[in-house]
Formats: sequence, C-alpha cells, structure tokens
Amino acid sequence: MNPAAATDVTNTENQTTVERTSDREIVVTRVVNGPPELVWEAWTTPELFQRWWVPKSLPMTLVACDIDARIGGGYRLTFDFDGSTMDFYGRYLEVAPPHRLAYTNEEGEGEPTITTVTFEATDDGRTRVVYHDRYPSAEALEEGAGSTDAMPESFAQLDELLATLNEAE
Amino acid sequence: MVQYSGQVDTTFGAIADATRRAVLERLARSDASISELADAFDMTLTGMRKHVRVLEDAGLVTTEKIGRVRTCRLGPSQLADEARWIEEYRQLWNERFSQLDAVVEELKRKEKTDEPGRGD
Repeated sequence: MNPAAATDVTNTENQTTVERTSDREIVVTRVVNGPPELVWEAWTTPELFQRWWVPKSLPMTLVACDIDARIGGGYRLTFDFDGSTMDFYGRYLEVAPPHRLAYTNEEGEGEPTITTVTFEATDDGRTRVVYHDRYPSAEALEEGAGSTDAMPESFAQLDELLATLNEAE
Repeated sequence: MVQYSGQVDTTFGAIADATRRAVLERLARSDASISELADAFDMTLTGMRKHVRVLEDAGLVTTEKIGRVRTCRLGPSQLADEARWIEEYRQLWNERFSQLDAVVEELKRKEKTDEPGRGD
C-alpha cells in the first residue's frame, strides 16, 4: 500500500490516479477514449499537443511548441505566464510509436528528469496511458511537479520510514 | 535518531486502512461533515466516527463541532499535506487528460469522415 496516492472516487468512467512510487518518482495513470495511434498523434503533433497540455484553469498558455519525436530529436515548449515566457525543452530517448515515448526535461540544473509515457490498448479499443516522471532527487520532484504548496523535506524521510514499516508487516 | 517512531506507528496504523486513506483523499478535495463522509462511503455514522477518530489521533484530520454538525478537515500532519499536494497534482492531470480526450475524440471523428470505408 502507498499512502501517497490519490484516486478520483467520484468519476468511475475515466479515473486519473496519481501515485508517488518513490521519493523521486511520480506515476499518473488514465484511460483515454481512443486507440493508442490517435493518442500518440495527439502527444507528438505540435498543433494537437498545444491544444490539450495546459489545463485551462492554469493562468498560463503554451505559445510555441516544437516537437521532433525521433530518437536524437528534441522538443521545446514556450509557455507564457503572466507576460513572461518560460522554455521547457529536452531530447527524445525512446520513440516507439504508438506504444512508448521517453524524453528528458533539461531546463533544470544538473541531471535531467526523465519522462516515460506508455500507451497500452485496452480490450475495448481505448488506451491506458501511464505517465512516469523520474526526478534526479526528492527535492527536484517537490519543486518540479507543479505543486502550489512546498512540501516539507521530511516527507521523503517519513516515506522511507513508512516503507520500512510496511515491509516489516 | 528517529524520535517520532511512536507518532509514526499511530500514523501508519491510521493509513493502513483503505477506507481511511480514501477519507483523506476525499478531505484533500474539501472539508466534509461526518454524515457526508458516512454517505459517501456507504457507512453508518458510528462506523465513520471511529475511522475519523483514528485519523484525528494521528493528526491527519481535525474536527470541529458547530451546532449538531461535526466538520472534518485535513490536519497538521505532514502526510495530510502530502495528500493535499497529490490531490492538486491529480486535478491538474485530470483536467489535462480531459482536454486530451476532446482532441482524441475529434481525431476519431475526422478519421471516420476522411477515410470512409477504409478498414485498417
């Protein structure tokens, strides 16, 4: 069991689940209503990606988007946040359409965060998307995962302790 | 070095139960009364009161009685903060995926109209 997990209990149709699988990894899972080929297209075509990536409730827009989804290729996303722009960029490590995509997030200092996304066909013609972020450190996760409240550093220690207790059960 | 092991045992006991974890996730969304929680989890008031008391003892939840209604909210514990944080992150992705669904729906419709009769 993992205390650091959240599931949408009110929507049984397409649940979005978030789980912190370790102090520097976070996994988001959701079933999308379409086959992997189309989800892949929406994830790797700039004009399409630009239309869904930024939640409308956030005060920011994706003003420019370059995606060259090939191994050795890269991407660059330019966000406008209240008049100032921010660039997020990286390169593709794995490109296996329409099932698996891995890329780096290089905008931070030091070691990059690695994102791996898998698109798995379900029996009813939909796609189970598993989005996995591996941060270089627990601190980087807390800063990078878009949280609005800073998490105390001791969470990581408490998590470890709870994991130990869990194993001992 | 670990000075809070007593508290951690209490915390661990509190979150070892699936219903109590779900109650925390529910409270990460908004405060709720005991009866609202009992309804949401299809439990008796007495059963829910017990769960809430365990969470309260662990510092994960605080309750306040106003009139006849006892309102529960996430407490000062670090794990309660984490539940809140994870829920915010989940909401971000939920919205993002809903927008992706809309784009994929459109691609599906396009595929049908652009390539009538082509089966692949």
